[in-house]
Amino acid sequence: MSNKDIMLMAHLMRRVGFGSTKDELEEYIKNGYDNQVDIILDSEPNYEISKHLINRYQPDYGSPMGNSSNGASWLYKMIWSDSPFKEKISLFWHGIFATGYAKLANGIVLHDQIKMFSKFGLGNYKNLLIELSKDPAMIIWLDNCESHKGAVNENYGRELLELFSMGTGNYTEKDIKEASRAFTGWTIANKDYMTTKSQRDSVWPYGRLAMHFEYKEDDHDEDEKIFLGETGNFNGEEIIDIICKQKATAKFISRHMYSFFVEDEPPVPEWPYKEPNNPNAIELLSEVYFDTGYNIKEMLRFLFKSKFFKSEKVWNKRVKSPIELVAGTLRITKEFERPDKQQSSANSHTSFMGQHAMNPPSVEGWHWGTEWLDSGTVVERVNFSSSKLGDVNNSGIRKIINNVKSNISNQYSTELLIEKILEELGSIIVSKTTKDTLKDFVNSKINSEKSLNDDNLSELLQLIGAMPEYQRA
Amino acid sequence: MKDKKDRSLVVVQLSGGNDAMNTIVPYNNGIYHDSRSAIHLTEKEIIDIDGSLGFHPEMGALKNLWDQNKVAVINGIGYPVPNRSHFRSMDIWHTAESESIAPDGWLGRTIREIDPNHNNVVTAVNFGRGLPRALVCKDVPVASVGDLETYGLMPDIKGKEQRQDVLNYFSRMYGPNQGRDAILEALGENGVSAMNGADILSGANSKYSSSIEYADNPISNNLKDIAKVIFADVGTKIYYAQHGSFDTHAGELFNHAKLWKDLSDALGDFFEDLKEHDRQDDVTVLLFSEFGRRIQDNGSGTDHGSGGVAFVLGGSVNGGFYGEQPSLEISEQVEGDMKYNNDFRSTYATLLDKWMGIDSVPILGKNYEQFNFINKGT
Repeated sequence: MSNKDIMLMAHLMRRVGFGSTKDELEEYIKNGYDNQVDIILDSEPNYEISKHLINRYQPDYGSPMGNSSNGASWLYKMIWSDSPFKEKISLFWHGIFATGYAKLANGIVLHDQIKMFSKFGLGNYKNLLIELSKDPAMIIWLDNCESHKGAVNENYGRELLELFSMGTGNYTEKDIKEASRAFTGWTIANKDYMTTKSQRDSVWPYGRLAMHFEYKEDDHDEDEKIFLGETGNFNGEEIIDIICKQKATAKFISRHMYSFFVEDEPPVPEWPYKEPNNPNAIELLSEVYFDTGYNIKEMLRFLFKSKFFKSEKVWNKRVKSPIELVAGTLRITKEFERPDKQQSSANSHTSFMGQHAMNPPSVEGWHWGTEWLDSGTVVERVNFSSSKLGDVNNSGIRKIINNVKSNISNQYSTELLIEKILEELGSIIVSKTTKDTLKDFVNSKINSEKSLNDDNLSELLQLIGAMPEYQRA
Repeated sequence: MKDKKDRSLVVVQLSGGNDAMNTIVPYNNGIYHDSRSAIHLTEKEIIDIDGSLGFHPEMGALKNLWDQNKVAVINGIGYPVPNRSHFRSMDIWHTAESESIAPDGWLGRTIREIDPNHNNVVTAVNFGRGLPRALVCKDVPVASVGDLETYGLMPDIKGKEQRQDVLNYFSRMYGPNQGRDAILEALGENGVSAMNGADILSGANSKYSSSIEYADNPISNNLKDIAKVIFADVGTKIYYAQHGSFDTHAGELFNHAKLWKDLSDALGDFFEDLKEHDRQDDVTVLLFSEFGRRIQDNGSGTDHGSGGVAFVLGGSVNGGFYGEQPSLEISEQVEGDMKYNNDFRSTYATLLDKWMGIDSVPILGKNYEQFNFINKGT
């Protein structure tokens, strides 16, 4: 196995999951690259994290007063799942179909929505959009429960077209109205009670109830509609059917995929004005979209095996989102074996860095890429990763130190020491400037004291956690 | 008269929903006594203001400022169609937008107005971790400080010199010698401004000297840190801190008293400190909470309500009552709550226009009627 193979596998694992350490990479590489892609896409996890385990530590899980325990238990799964890809897919859809606690005041429906993403998120896009339109959290978030026959609320119809499928410029205001009419009657059961309970009630002592979808035939506008040039007495399913046939939808979803898995695209509002980074890749993904009947998993299979994904040009061309940064770091340190209070509080770091899971800033979700970075969030990001990697008491870090020590002799060179550590952490690629800086640090600190003791190694690891390359994926 | 440039606004968020009725107490109102059988405050306990309203017994320090005409009490503050969810209601106060979900906060928009080219990385400083949405705005950097003494990059490195040494390596990694792509550009720029911000703020910490001894609790520590940054004159215009939790569903008598004692004493010390440094007229403080609580108690506390009370304090404040004390008559209640009679955005507008000298209309989206709680000629 060549160094290049390892680097490529490390790139894949940063994108399909939250990164892998050297031990894991060596296992995966035995399967061969393409085969490993199939394994990730097709296999069910060996070990499903028990709901009861999470319940024991977070008794308000599923019926929480706030949404912090939902975010924390989701992070726990990202850290410990042997199929982090599943969580990554939910995170992908949560970014696009961003739905938030601020308006819902009900954690359980958000939890259910994330579960829905992991169940339907790799299937047919049409089915996913239908499930989304029936999702209670979404129905409240975009007011579809306020949309009635004869008194249409256009919020869901608009965002379905603008944010969830086609993007602006590909439909008219009339299309929005017609789509919204088709979704009248798609509501939640016992709506008045549920929304009043969320808004008015004290959270104590019983918490929140789950909600479920209800189709109210008598509140559905069954008259004729003209939508994107087609005429009929459309209901919601038919509208989604027409949406999925559009070239704009294929392009829109391909561009999201490219941005999340390959390299940062500009945020969605800029898409009508800026060409994609790689228009050819978007074309190819769109073809797979139509060839496979809108199948998300097959689009991703194509993507991960494509030349444009494997190309070194796109390695590390993404800024880690706060959740990716925190989950990836905690997968290395293996600090939280149980979803306990400390683990919960580690979760709040993603909010400090600007990404509060299940509480996006708006219906647009979070803007990604360099927009994650400002002088406040950089402090949080650098301090989190440097202090976590520098904590030699964590079993994951302890193991890395032991591996490095057993791999180098007493006569090691500075260069070798740095290389080994970067390799153990998941074959992190660094620039010459960064490497020279680390070398000078080792020469002045460690070599002058001639000691690879914990204090020295901790400082080196802190500096590695602080380097700009660690912020990228 | 001092230049408006020296002025700053300190916002203290009372998280969880402060019980307005046990803060500014209508102590001789029969309905108050009847509906608060478990947690009412008596005429003997409260600090009388005008024979009908009184401060909570633990608000002695605040009463002292009131007597100096430095406290505006805004009764009956709220917004149309009250929402009793903490999250949504706090969101409404943060974004100043009550009808839809807005992406940015009113103070974030204010900072963008003050420093559009972000020349100063500490134009706004938040005390606490994570940015409250009030301060969020695209391209607006805000420093978030847990504790001024340890604030900065890589605080786990032990020893001051050692840390400075490691930070030199840090600045090399984020410096101009790195090859450039868009991500590195952003990382480099923000990494360096984070270091500068940390430098400025740690300088504020080391320069501070004062004879005032603040208590040792979170809100006192925050206000003391704010005083340090004010005295360092580093151009900070907005400070933010949070105090709580005021979500007193249970054990209200005890919990609410402790919360107000800590806050009131901390504010007393803060204004003493400002006076000692001759800065008492340069600083205005806003205290707000996302909602008030139910008129009727629940046997040991109170549940979420609507109309509440806010305070504006400072040397340039024209003290007194603003807004109206809502009637407690059943017919005047809104679903068991005090009815709001003034929109919180009127208070924001007054602070923006009359205190900060910034046009409030683009920030709040429309023109709100203003109060006179800022002294004329300031």
